[in-house]
Amino acid sequence: MNTPIPDPDDALILDSIDRFLERDVRPVVRELEANDVYPQKIVDQLVELGLFGATIAPEYGGLGLSAETYAKIIERISAVWMSVSGFFNSHLIMAAAVQRFGRDEQKQQFLPRFASGELRGGIALTEPDCGTDLQAIRTRAVKDGEEYVVNGTKTWITNSSAGGILAVLVKTDVNTQPPHRGMSLLLVEKGPGFTVTRKLDKLGYRGIDTAELVFEDCRVPATNLVGDTEGRGLQQILAGLELGRINIAARGVGIARVCLEESLAYAQHRQSFGKPIGEHQSIQIKLADMATRVESARLLTESAARAYDSGERCDMEAGMAKLFASEAAVSNSLEAMRIHGAYGYSKEFNIERYYRDAPLLAIGEGTNELQKIIIAKQLIERSRV
Amino acid sequence: MKVLVPVKRVIDANIKVRVKSDQSGVELNNVKMAMNPFCEIAVEEAIRLKEAGAAEEIVLVTAGIRQSQETLRSGLAMGADRGILIETDEALEPLAVAKLLKAVVEREEPGLVLLGKQAIDGDNNQTGQMLAGLLNWSIGSFVSKLETGDGSISVVREVDGGLEKVRLKSPAIVTVDLRLNEPRYASLPNIMKAKKKPIDMFTPEDLGVGVAPRVTVLKVVEPPARDAGVKVSSAAELVEKLRQEAKVI
Repeated sequence: MNTPIPDPDDALILDSIDRFLERDVRPVVRELEANDVYPQKIVDQLVELGLFGATIAPEYGGLGLSAETYAKIIERISAVWMSVSGFFNSHLIMAAAVQRFGRDEQKQQFLPRFASGELRGGIALTEPDCGTDLQAIRTRAVKDGEEYVVNGTKTWITNSSAGGILAVLVKTDVNTQPPHRGMSLLLVEKGPGFTVTRKLDKLGYRGIDTAELVFEDCRVPATNLVGDTEGRGLQQILAGLELGRINIAARGVGIARVCLEESLAYAQHRQSFGKPIGEHQSIQIKLADMATRVESARLLTESAARAYDSGERCDMEAGMAKLFASEAAVSNSLEAMRIHGAYGYSKEFNIERYYRDAPLLAIGEGTNELQKIIIAKQLIERSRV
Repeated sequence: MKVLVPVKRVIDANIKVRVKSDQSGVELNNVKMAMNPFCEIAVEEAIRLKEAGAAEEIVLVTAGIRQSQETLRSGLAMGADRGILIETDEALEPLAVAKLLKAVVEREEPGLVLLGKQAIDGDNNQTGQMLAGLLNWSIGSFVSKLETGDGSISVVREVDGGLEKVRLKSPAIVTVDLRLNEPRYASLPNIMKAKKKPIDMFTPEDLGVGVAPRVTVLKVVEPPARDAGVKVSSAAELVEKLRQEAKVI
């Protein structure tokens, strides 16, 4: 199946991405993935390509790409190796929070270095005891003169080992009700008191550094508080997560699509009972379902991205896209494995990797169960009787 | 030295080409187009010359429909400085293109014209040679290595039976072969910058060149499908068939 032809503005960008993927990523994926190696060379190429500034505004040295274009880039990358999209995605969520809510001098201080890829990082929200329920975090930041002193533990933090900075969600006030009014976002650069305790071993999404962090009396300049006042952290980061969920949705489209494409090719040359398996109805039904999921997932993702670009509130749209596209990736990877039979289960083919990578999409960036709650709440909110 | 690089918009090399149902030509509707791969090699070489200090300016030129600007943009994103579009809806033959290029060369006065040895659509392999003939310039064709010197350009040509080293007197025309280099892909910031690089527009009339086709295409058809081959079970059977059926040994 062909992906739609992009308009001329996107065409050059996507063409460069395709060439980068074919020349510099596809030939090395299997080895890097199998050994869980951090692909420094690929990260350097992402810097050179300009992707660390993809959605940062041009006035700060970024490319100012729309979420719609960004989603197309992520789809393509994920159809080759999902991990590669992770190096700059949480970095861009961090940048989006600074760009939308930061003070002017803060934007000048950080955004150009984020955009050039000189300073790379991500977001640190999840803790050992809480992920979905972010208001229950325990990492504390206590003001001491011109500094905050941060203590606590974060886990499952992407780009934390290789990156130089993180937007860390902390409690600046533990007594306020509701608890989110006591939560703030702090930009914490690597330094004394910021320790990466261990890199986590994962089923999929390998190569990228996902780690556990400990902050022990880590001193951060008070000017690194995102925005003017404490207590806005949860809203600031949740706004960034809309883009994050569009990104997860686009990854889902990419994986669902590549599973379909590889299955389509395989079904036309693998024979059983004297004909290609693609001529058996049982396989045709699978292919039809897979293709329909790819198209639906892509349309939902495009529509969420367009809503984000228009500046509307789009947590429901992003939630729907994330929910549907991630489930499409999970389903298509399993169906691709069934179509490929033993070869799908074998490490010699890519299918088993898609099958290991896809479930992250259903769990990460807000579980799919949570997305349903978000969708339902917004549905009711938007159609009050 | 100024380098002029003529480029052509063709169907993307990764697309399976289909014939139009009325057999009047190849289907171009809704088909991904790209810069001819040999032209990309020429653009890359020009950029390398500029990076090495051997060239000051790289000018791209193309002739064709308005969308050919996209092809110029992709070369500008790679690193060329400006573009020229000669806009026409006419189906251009190599001689017409060579005449248009001659007019551009006379305006721009480049020290080197770097082109692909052929385009992957027509596979004509004529434009560079015709341009050299019209200008009466020296030409190195099928080039896999290029070095510039004082007033001359040394090239290695890929010819039947080996490699041929030739020194050309400047200004010269060089048509490039596959092994000259591996073209870079444009970075996204450079794609953005390329949007602001100038593209001058001309028509063939502006340049005083007639481009009416001299060849009439009667019909375009798909190559006949190949029948499946015969499998043999042993070397002995193969030899037997080659001797008895194919009668080649």
